[in-house]
Amino acid sequence: MLSKRIIPCLDVAHGRVVKGVQFVDIVDAGDPVEAAIRYDEQGADELCFLDIRASHENRDTLYHMVTDVAENVFMPLTVGGGVKILEDIENLLHAGADKISINTAAIHNPELVKEAAERFGSSTIVVAVDAKRVGDAAGEHWECFTHGGRKPTGINAVEWAQKMSDYGAGEILLTSMDCDGTKQGYDIPLTRAVAEHISANVVASGGVGTLKHLAEGLSDGKADAVLAASIFHFGEYSIHEAKEYLASHDIPVRL
Amino acid sequence: MIALIDYGMGNLHSVTKAIERAGGRIRLVKTPEQLKDCDRIVLPGVGAFRDCIGALHQSGLDEAIKERCAAGTPFLGICLGMQVLLSRSFEFGEYKGLDMIPGDVICFPRTLPAKGLKIPHMGWNDVLLPEQAHPVLEALGNQQCYFVHSYYCVPDDETHTLAQCGYGDIRFACAIGRDNIISVQFHPEKSQAAGLALLESFLQWNP
Repeated sequence: MLSKRIIPCLDVAHGRVVKGVQFVDIVDAGDPVEAAIRYDEQGADELCFLDIRASHENRDTLYHMVTDVAENVFMPLTVGGGVKILEDIENLLHAGADKISINTAAIHNPELVKEAAERFGSSTIVVAVDAKRVGDAAGEHWECFTHGGRKPTGINAVEWAQKMSDYGAGEILLTSMDCDGTKQGYDIPLTRAVAEHISANVVASGGVGTLKHLAEGLSDGKADAVLAASIFHFGEYSIHEAKEYLASHDIPVRL
Repeated sequence: MIALIDYGMGNLHSVTKAIERAGGRIRLVKTPEQLKDCDRIVLPGVGAFRDCIGALHQSGLDEAIKERCAAGTPFLGICLGMQVLLSRSFEFGEYKGLDMIPGDVICFPRTLPAKGLKIPHMGWNDVLLPEQAHPVLEALGNQQCYFVHSYYCVPDDETHTLAQCGYGDIRFACAIGRDNIISVQFHPEKSQAAGLALLESFLQWNP
């Protein structure tokens, strides 16, 4: 039976792992290869690296980092941050990434996703969707935001995820901007609305504070995978503990 | 020396490093000449069926691989490197494969997502081995392996199926082979300890 995936997410800047709250107070949190090896030993199913300071000047640093990680751990690697054109995707794949996450560039140029999926395969292309609740109680829905949740786009997030799936994205990395950083749990109605509507895989992100939240994302939210950063980084829980908890709640995981 | 076939479609870092970790020495092979004195052949999977088979044909590696396999060189295909062994694929049209294992490569039915099963089939799944497991696959035990694919192989001859995988109510061949040929749909180079164990046992396999 296919296991639900647990994906620790690492923010990186200038080739180093960083920790920060809401992009403020960013501190160096170490070597990406060491962090990857630690998660590998704990039984992570995949790793996600997001370059939060992506710029064209420091792309080579990111490529070297991806290569170093890929040569040391033998599991799938998703890399995102600053991906704008097909060449960025190609460079990251050549460096050793398995999946590339596209965010703002997909909003500006949806055709990029279609072209990328045709050229590199759907299984390689992830679209990151940052969604925020808008409207009043009568007409509430979720809208896509860019720039870390600051810029509204007017695009309905569920419809957008559907469109990106139709355009060939194999996976949607769905982050609730309302829940991100709150440690109050994923936005379950959002996760479920997207997961039930699209053929692509859905990774729930944003808001995890406890192991129960992971279980809720997978069972109630119907996500295929859950992504979490801080509960794993700060050593609150190991990946293995998370999986044992999920297994004890009848969620299929790889132990 | 292990011949790792490089048909120019993408990154071979992971599979190179994984084979090296398992104890093998790699030569990246782009021409039939480079294949000559290699002891084993690994055909990795990157890109689309059409591009892969086209590139193998253009370089002449298709015939060279067939010749070496017919002469008994142990061969491992991975993911797309497994699918191109079959007779034909329906990925983005209809394309002829190497026809080393008779059968077709078909897409997961479009009705799967309505049942809550996503396409691509992505993640860690069980490799269901028969009681008498193939010596290379035996190393997996009951560990799961990492899959990522939207198409799967349907060999004509069921004795060519060496292991199966279940996705919803579909059971597909996730390892196929005959004689000195073995191929897997999952990615050993992405399957942590399980994958490294499989690669080690391939390196020691004497069919």
